[in-house]
Amino acid sequence: MLEYKPNIILTGEEYKVLGTNPLRHDATDKVTGRARFGADIQMPGLLSGKLLRSPHPHAIINSIDVTEALNLEGVKAIVTSKDFPETSDKVSDVPEGELRNIGFLSANCLAREKALYKGHAIAAVAATSPEIAEEALSLIKVDYEVLQPVLNATDAMKSDAPALHDRLMTVTQMMGPGGTKDEDGGQSTNVGKTFVMRLGDPEEGFNNADLIIEREFKTVAVHQGYIEPHTSTAFWGPDNKLTIWSSSQGQFAVREQTAKIVGLPISQVKAVPMEIGGGFGGKLTVYVEPVAAVLSRKSGQPVKVTMSRTEVFIGSGPTSGTQIKVKIGATKEGKITAAQAHLVYEAGAFPGSPVAGGARCMFAPYEIPNAEIEAVDVVINAPKVAAYRAPGAPAAAFAVEQVVDEISQQLGIDPIEFRLTNASKEGTRQTSGPTFGPIGNIQVLEAAKQHPHYHSDLGGPNRGRGVASGYWGNGGGPASAIASVHPDGRVSLIEGSPDIGGTRTTAAMQFAEVLGIPPEDVNPSVGDTDSIGFTSPTGGSSVTFKTGWACYTAALDVKRQMIDRAARIWEVEVDQVEYTDGALHHKSDPELKLSFQDLAAKLNSTGGPIVGRATIDERRTGPAFAHHIVDVEVDPGTGKVSIIRYTAIQDVGKAIHPTYVEGQIQGGVVQGIGWALNEEYAITPDGHMMNSNFLDYRMPTSLDLPMIDTVIVEVTHPGHPFGVRGVAELPLVPPMAAIANAIHNATGLRMTELPMAPPKVLERLLSK
Amino acid sequence: MPEVWIPVSLQRLTGGEGRVQASGSTIRQVIDSLDRQFPGIKARLCEDGQIMDGIAVIVDGEDTALGILEKVSPDSEIHFLQAIGGGCL
Repeated sequence: MLEYKPNIILTGEEYKVLGTNPLRHDATDKVTGRARFGADIQMPGLLSGKLLRSPHPHAIINSIDVTEALNLEGVKAIVTSKDFPETSDKVSDVPEGELRNIGFLSANCLAREKALYKGHAIAAVAATSPEIAEEALSLIKVDYEVLQPVLNATDAMKSDAPALHDRLMTVTQMMGPGGTKDEDGGQSTNVGKTFVMRLGDPEEGFNNADLIIEREFKTVAVHQGYIEPHTSTAFWGPDNKLTIWSSSQGQFAVREQTAKIVGLPISQVKAVPMEIGGGFGGKLTVYVEPVAAVLSRKSGQPVKVTMSRTEVFIGSGPTSGTQIKVKIGATKEGKITAAQAHLVYEAGAFPGSPVAGGARCMFAPYEIPNAEIEAVDVVINAPKVAAYRAPGAPAAAFAVEQVVDEISQQLGIDPIEFRLTNASKEGTRQTSGPTFGPIGNIQVLEAAKQHPHYHSDLGGPNRGRGVASGYWGNGGGPASAIASVHPDGRVSLIEGSPDIGGTRTTAAMQFAEVLGIPPEDVNPSVGDTDSIGFTSPTGGSSVTFKTGWACYTAALDVKRQMIDRAARIWEVEVDQVEYTDGALHHKSDPELKLSFQDLAAKLNSTGGPIVGRATIDERRTGPAFAHHIVDVEVDPGTGKVSIIRYTAIQDVGKAIHPTYVEGQIQGGVVQGIGWALNEEYAITPDGHMMNSNFLDYRMPTSLDLPMIDTVIVEVTHPGHPFGVRGVAELPLVPPMAAIANAIHNATGLRMTELPMAPPKVLERLLSK
Repeated sequence: MPEVWIPVSLQRLTGGEGRVQASGSTIRQVIDSLDRQFPGIKARLCEDGQIMDGIAVIVDGEDTALGILEKVSPDSEIHFLQAIGGGCL
């Protein structure tokens, strides 16, 4: 049994740079306001772009008349979907692997024959001022044929439901989101995809159970709530080259998606990543970039399009609303014998919800010999969903972790002990089939069991404590890095991952560790698509893993070249030179020694500069587990739930920069608290979002929260040079379930729908 | 010979078998072997000679990067899973 310590480090590896907390390289720029975000771009002749959005959730667009708007003085260009080339609605791959259906993506940026949600962009104007552009929007005449909307999955799956898309193909095989069939015929459907995963014999497993609990859960769409709205500035030059400055989670994704939508070769498009004010998965897809591009092409001037907050809510990608059934059986000794789940995830207006994430993650914390999961992806008249931290997993955990809680209670077993009894570990076969390698699930649960929070007094009436586990596989992918050694011994490090969570610094730290130099001597930056090799987007908790690995490899390249250069200067063989502690040494002559800085100063006169480079494509990622403990107080008079104490324990592999790790965990928990207690897309029966602003869309503030305590458990990932697993997404998986379990502990009420807002809790309290 | 775990949705092509043996030292060879045994399965896994988008190939418990070029060993265990995505189009 582990003895409780604030942070539990299970690796014996000692590092000089890793595990320290240097000042972030972009700190000064960020706190002084010098950092340039997407909307900070200014240039001569810059036009303002504005979008006209559909007032109807479901309507045929018969015609768009822009004549009057075009005649308004100051209007330079108006575009509709006709300004995009025709693109296929068939499922397709593209070379860099980020897109699956260019036709759908194009139609999401500017609606084609139909408006599919209230807020769907219909047309766009570029004008000499935002006011003129706004006025021009009011002069555009759109003839709509309004259709009956389908606003949730239940309605969408009814046999007589209006179909959003003609010829939508339900994918039942192993492939991505559905596309459209080549030919007419057959009944259209709103179901984009179904699939099943099965392990063992679930029926037999349930027959062997002494206790079976089955419950249904429901969640509604929430938004990532990033502070910076989507923004893009584009200039389509007379040489037919397009440059885009935007805030995104992947400049290469912006380049690729935009090139495909506007019909340019990818090499003709340069995407420049600006600083990003939050993404959480919501900035992996283009919305305004292609629109700004065609406005620029048409006007001959650069155009900036920036969404308002309301546009972000109604015109970008929230997460799925879900309906989830979970059934789990266990013996009276507390051993799970079987599990079953049925997941329905709303995809929004086009196929492609994160239901696979929910399906693959939901039972991962447990060793379950017999399990079956059926997953369904459904289109509805709502904004197309986007990724949100651990996409798909939080809603599924909300369901599973409550059923696990209920089983452990009915069996009279401590909930953490029950989880330890059933915990997945190295060699456990997942419901999806593969077995786990080395993982830290048990270490996390042991740390939770030993934590003082778990043994503390609740301290008052109407209070309860809940726990929940969570899993996320973490991601990898291609990444690139280029390092230039300067004569003063410092290094410029260009990498390809937009920095959302401090990854510039974690990349620089991994580079510095290899060379034994201070991280402050490394100047990291994020390159544009012409300056750095392809790097997959900042998503999947992948950047410290993959880009860190690329920087590690680039540092090894620099190190090799430094050794070669020292050997040349000393006129000795390369194998006589070694590099240790930031300096080059001759193995047998102690007089021959050069520090990194000393050698850097000699480079240009001894053979020229040294540039290290690396590209990697590494997918052997490190899965990770978390366990959260939360105390709540439920006001019996109002139903308001207050968070009294919160502790998040997580295996992150090697924590490169521990305070960043803590910050990521705390941020994820806070978003989970908001998702649990208040946040929702409040939609009227006619598809209108009633709370599309931060006053009414209630996200937690610091005044709503206690300090979020964190415990970092380091079970290093053997597949990474430094043992990195990943951090950022997993903290959002357990909170909703942990809070629901705490509310149950306080009130005896099992809350099966999100959000657990005061009116809902009060209604349940009053009906007790 | 590598063992391939057949996704539930493709088990109708294997006569209900969930696990089958398929020869080969790369994923491409394994899929060709599968298709010889169970005609039509390759078309469910590949498009234009590549692993179909949205499918994750897992070899011996690890996600892989090389698609059909990924090497496998005689005792490898191979899975074709739904790739985890964030809801991208």
